[in-house]
Amino acid sequence: MIHSLFLVNASGDIFLEKHWKSVVSRSVCDYFFEAQERATEPENVPPVIPTPHHYLISVLRHRIYFVAVIQSEVPPLFVIEFLHRVVDTFQDYFGVCTEAAIKDNVVVVYELLEEMLDNGFPLATESNILKELIKPPTILRTMVNTITGSTNVGEQLPTGQLSVVPWRRTGVKYTNNEAYFDVVEEIDAIIDKSGSTITAEIQGVIDACVKLTGMPDLTLSFMNPRLLDDVSFHPCVRFKRWEAERILSFIPPDGNFRLLSYHVSSQNLVAIPVYVKHNITFREGSSQGRFDLTLGPKQTMGKAVESVLVSSQLPRGVLNANLNPSQGTYTFDPVTKMLSWDVGKINPQKLPSLKGTMSLQAGASKPDENPSINIQFKIQQMAISGLKVNRLDMYGEKYKPFKGIKYMTKAGKFQVRT
Amino acid sequence: MSTSALYNDQGGAEAAVEAGQESTPTSSGTGAAFGLFSTDFKKNEDLKEMLESNKESLKLEAMKRIVGLIAKGKNSSELFPAVVKNVASKNIELKKLVYVYLVRYAEEQQDLALLSISTFQRALKDPNQFIRASALRVLSSIRVPIIVPIMMLAIKEAAADLSPYVRKTSAHAIQKLYSLDPDQKEQLIEVIEKLLKDKSTLVAGSVVMAFEEVCPDRIDLIHKNYRKLCNLLVDVEEWGQVVIISMLTRYARTQFTSPWTENNEKTFYDSDSEEKKEQTEAKPYIMDPDHRLLLRNTKPLLQSRNTAVVMSVAQLYWHLAPKHEVNIVTKSLVRLLRSHREVQFIVLQNIATMSIQRKGMFEPFMKSFYVRSTDATHIKTLKLEILTNLANEANISTILREFQTYVKSQDKAFAAATIQAIGRCATNISEVTDTCLNGLVLLLSNRDETVVAESVVVIKKLLQTQPTQHSEIIKHMAKLFDNITVPMARASILWLMGEYCERVPKIAPDVLRKMAKTFTAEEDIVKLQIVNLAAKLYLTNSKQTKLLTQYILNLGKYDQNYDIRDRTRFIRQLIVPNEKSGALNKYARRILLAPKPAPVLESAFKDRDRFQLGTLSHSINSKATGYQELSDWPAVAPDQSVRNVEVIEPVRNPSSSHTPYHSFTSYLSNSSALLFLFYSITCIHTMSEAHFAVLVCFSDSDENGNGPVAQASSSSPESSSGSETDSEDDSDSDSLAAQKKKKSDVTTPSFGPVKTYELLHHMTGKGLSAKYHFPRQPCLYEPSMVAVQVILTNSSDHSLEEIHIGERSPAGLNIHCFNTIERLEPEASVTVSMGIDFSDSTQAANFQLCTKENQFSVSIQPAVGELLMPSTMTEQDFTKEQGKLLGMNETSATITMATANTSSQAISKQVLSVANVGVVSSSQNNFHRFAGRTVSSGALVLVSLELKESSSALLTINTEKSVMASMLLRDLKQALTQA
Repeated sequence: MIHSLFLVNASGDIFLEKHWKSVVSRSVCDYFFEAQERATEPENVPPVIPTPHHYLISVLRHRIYFVAVIQSEVPPLFVIEFLHRVVDTFQDYFGVCTEAAIKDNVVVVYELLEEMLDNGFPLATESNILKELIKPPTILRTMVNTITGSTNVGEQLPTGQLSVVPWRRTGVKYTNNEAYFDVVEEIDAIIDKSGSTITAEIQGVIDACVKLTGMPDLTLSFMNPRLLDDVSFHPCVRFKRWEAERILSFIPPDGNFRLLSYHVSSQNLVAIPVYVKHNITFREGSSQGRFDLTLGPKQTMGKAVESVLVSSQLPRGVLNANLNPSQGTYTFDPVTKMLSWDVGKINPQKLPSLKGTMSLQAGASKPDENPSINIQFKIQQMAISGLKVNRLDMYGEKYKPFKGIKYMTKAGKFQVRT
Repeated sequence: MSTSALYNDQGGAEAAVEAGQESTPTSSGTGAAFGLFSTDFKKNEDLKEMLESNKESLKLEAMKRIVGLIAKGKNSSELFPAVVKNVASKNIELKKLVYVYLVRYAEEQQDLALLSISTFQRALKDPNQFIRASALRVLSSIRVPIIVPIMMLAIKEAAADLSPYVRKTSAHAIQKLYSLDPDQKEQLIEVIEKLLKDKSTLVAGSVVMAFEEVCPDRIDLIHKNYRKLCNLLVDVEEWGQVVIISMLTRYARTQFTSPWTENNEKTFYDSDSEEKKEQTEAKPYIMDPDHRLLLRNTKPLLQSRNTAVVMSVAQLYWHLAPKHEVNIVTKSLVRLLRSHREVQFIVLQNIATMSIQRKGMFEPFMKSFYVRSTDATHIKTLKLEILTNLANEANISTILREFQTYVKSQDKAFAAATIQAIGRCATNISEVTDTCLNGLVLLLSNRDETVVAESVVVIKKLLQTQPTQHSEIIKHMAKLFDNITVPMARASILWLMGEYCERVPKIAPDVLRKMAKTFTAEEDIVKLQIVNLAAKLYLTNSKQTKLLTQYILNLGKYDQNYDIRDRTRFIRQLIVPNEKSGALNKYARRILLAPKPAPVLESAFKDRDRFQLGTLSHSINSKATGYQELSDWPAVAPDQSVRNVEVIEPVRNPSSSHTPYHSFTSYLSNSSALLFLFYSITCIHTMSEAHFAVLVCFSDSDENGNGPVAQASSSSPESSSGSETDSEDDSDSDSLAAQKKKKSDVTTPSFGPVKTYELLHHMTGKGLSAKYHFPRQPCLYEPSMVAVQVILTNSSDHSLEEIHIGERSPAGLNIHCFNTIERLEPEASVTVSMGIDFSDSTQAANFQLCTKENQFSVSIQPAVGELLMPSTMTEQDFTKEQGKLLGMNETSATITMATANTSSQAISKQVLSVANVGVVSSSQNNFHRFAGRTVSSGALVLVSLELKESSSALLTINTEKSVMASMLLRDLKQALTQA
């Protein structure tokens, strides 16, 4: 399936290659570079590129292209999903997935890639199993290794691969048994000029961090499971139980994992927590434009809107912006024309605003579209859909774990057209 | 760099690597990384020294640096001899790194690579399964043709390994060997065939992958494993699921008839129930239960977190499900749009293809395809494509409003694509043609050139579809002409002028005049259209344009482009009459000004459906290497019985021998139990009610979360039985299939009725009566239990409540009770199944059967033959085992056979009616052998019958359980001597 993998950085250098079958010359990447040149933005490189003898399937994460070389028919999503899984694993191991991190840990990277694919077919992609095979590098371990000459490679054999619960490693032990669940919801919305909602959806995930001894069997139930319209589960969740009782029953993997992602049914009206008053004008003939933006909270159920960040891609004709924020700081990059305003917390008594003028290129005609505004924000302790966890129970082990549930609402792709 | 130089000066590669491993990317770390990757010959020399040193840690450091070189793509093959020596190292990490190196360079250094082979061969015999597996993995990855026979041998051995993990590795190795030496195909297919029978979820995905790579056309190998694969699917790891699903899609298209009936198309918007009714009325299409099984078992996978799995299920439904069922995949596909950009791209491509044929599927989710300014361009274009496909009379106004925003986008390529899309909407939906046209005309005064140009091109196409009353627009365009510089747009306007010159009689000649002035400066495509316009005007308005035309034709004659010269010459001959021009001249007007068919604006995804969705070929819209065509549905379904699973027991109690269930019970696991139940409902009409009750009962107990995970029938080794048994099996399943059709649920003609025993008479039971029989199935609850089915009937006139099992004796008796029956109505009966561990003795199991009011002591006394399970073995094995059980363990008697029982069939029938054993194929006519194991302890019980002259025969039983042997002997003797 996957023949070879090349890692290409932003400047177009191949800094790592790995082959699972016979060696494919790195010149195959020339086709990729060609496509990269044609694309104006890094994101515009097509994910699937046919070449005379191979097919290149690539993903772009953290400004690194992961280019897989394929020789024959294979579902492209299969490769894409796998590549993303590789990136996730690197991130899990090294904290960040940057060129420097990969280069520094090249041996671990190689060992991981070796275990993840056999002859191009995925072998072990479950993080728990991989960690049993290859220990993630930590500063402490690196030091110990150099002193004692021991290794990163686990002495244990990957017994997890054979168990009924392949996602959980065996022999887990903790002194403090804890299970944390984060319900994170994201609002995707497009708001039109007049402030009315064109489309709005809520997508949510439940991320868990479970550090429990032994083989705990957990059940999680909701107060209002009906809200969940479409769900996808971590393989540990017993699907049948969900179908029958709408209860999540599972033996969790050890550590961090995504238990569930869901979509809130579109019948429910989505509460939009912020509003934007905007007045962006360019006058014909004049080299000045006015920019006036005010943010305000709306339907937040009394919770504060925090970490607000406004960004907007201003028209090409704009040379500079001279703005005055009532709070926070703003930056304008004259090259990319990206305006971003770090607002911070919205104070309902004193609404944050950003006002001022933009100077336009002399003689340039008036831009025909106002820029759209992207907003990011966070609201703690609230799931905007109203989803509530009812209870979390543990079976199969005797100790009493510490349980915690946190709610958060974030902006997803939240866009205001102006 | 200074730091790295420092490190290098120290000559301590150790230090360099040390720093290189720091996870914090400090400057020294990066510097060291450079040091790590720097290669000159000297460094390689010291690597060699390090590898040859005695210190493990030095070797390890050296290997780490070498792996760094490999990762960089730097050649380090000259170190091969030094590296390969370490292949047998005790240090796991070192060994693994050596493996990495070996696999990378073995192809280049074949002779030296051979040195390592013996190490792997030794490891292949290691008691630890992981070491065996890893040895096979590396051995098979070494691409050295000389070792093909060794690999072949290793694969064959590993395929029979007890560890599923090793078997999985052997499935992977098959593909590697195949790509190394395709001549091994036949032998490899044999291994694949064997591995396909494997019941481990670990193996399933890998072996199907090997199947797809080596012999995708050998569909016949799948038949017998089809149901197993369907049932295993949920528990297979996610990557295997993708491969299995796509293989099963192809399989299903060759084996089942089309579920797509004509009327489905029309009633698509109607509710499902209505449709079903109509469907049954219109056509007697009945879906093959196996077809249904596949659909049912894949459906839950739509909830997978793996996007590839979701997509593969979606394509399976698209290609296999009845039209009204395809809709269930919509939501999941739309969910995938939340994923990474690349995932979005592929999913949108597939949705684009789907939405052409089935608007209704995605229309409710239209808003999910609205474009955001932050989307990548190819994502935007795909979303636009889908929105255009979804447009209909009802939603067009919403879509157009959305398009208006897009037209103003700063991404001009996208704006141009939007204009195209508007054009397509306008032609497809006649109600909005005028609105669109007006909108496009407004865009003509847009400042952006690409937008204007695109608008002109689209307007041209639109006007062609409705040439009447549009002279205003043409005039408007003529006015704008001077400001438009994009050649395609200019050419389009000129073409329009020429085509409709009679509607703008004043303007057209003037345009031509202007063009004559600028002719030489125009692009080729514009020049061609100028010549065209001139010709058309010459024909319609020769008075005004004759000279102009001639001037232009003269210019064209000497143009640099031969196309234009050709065209000019051709036009001149065609329109200007002279003595040489033939008959064509007369028809010039009809040729040039013929009414032309309007162009059809179609989706670019129109013809993509020739490829299976979700494939690479679909994505790139051309056939990729190794693409397997999806065949059309067969008009008549091939024989269904080929999928009947080979049964392990040659003969079983008929009411329990419904073939699919046999396979089910062994593979059932938590998650598949529900599906199992689904399936059972679909074919409930073919089976006895009693059986259904068992299923319900089973799934009930499973709901407690700790239900019985059936043993993957470890007690029944895969059939290596001879061909004779096979044919018997086949005939058996055939007769079962025949029965299914007749819907009879008791007795096979060949093997006598089920023996049902009374447990409780309705007189003593105050209305409650109970009967039981032994279904001769492996017990679901525990392998050491004997399965018992109890039929409870209420013959009283009031309903009985809370029927359950009470006290039991002997005290330690291990019984798996049925779940309490809450209520049993008068005249109703229910079948429940229990498991009893008799511990290989015929001692009766006593227990109390309780209702709400009463308790009745009952007892089940098993016949000795029911305490056995059939065991499959070859004749050789049989004799071997028999040899071990001589002396005390052998019991025999000479009997006189009843005359009716001399045929081999009759003998089998009689023996099997007494004992639950398996027939062992025999090469001798006068020898009959049967093998079984005791349920509780698994001790072998071998029965052999040697026919002698004049109906006398020697009956021998070999087993450790001598008490059982004598009892069995007695029972068999009785059965065989009786007429």
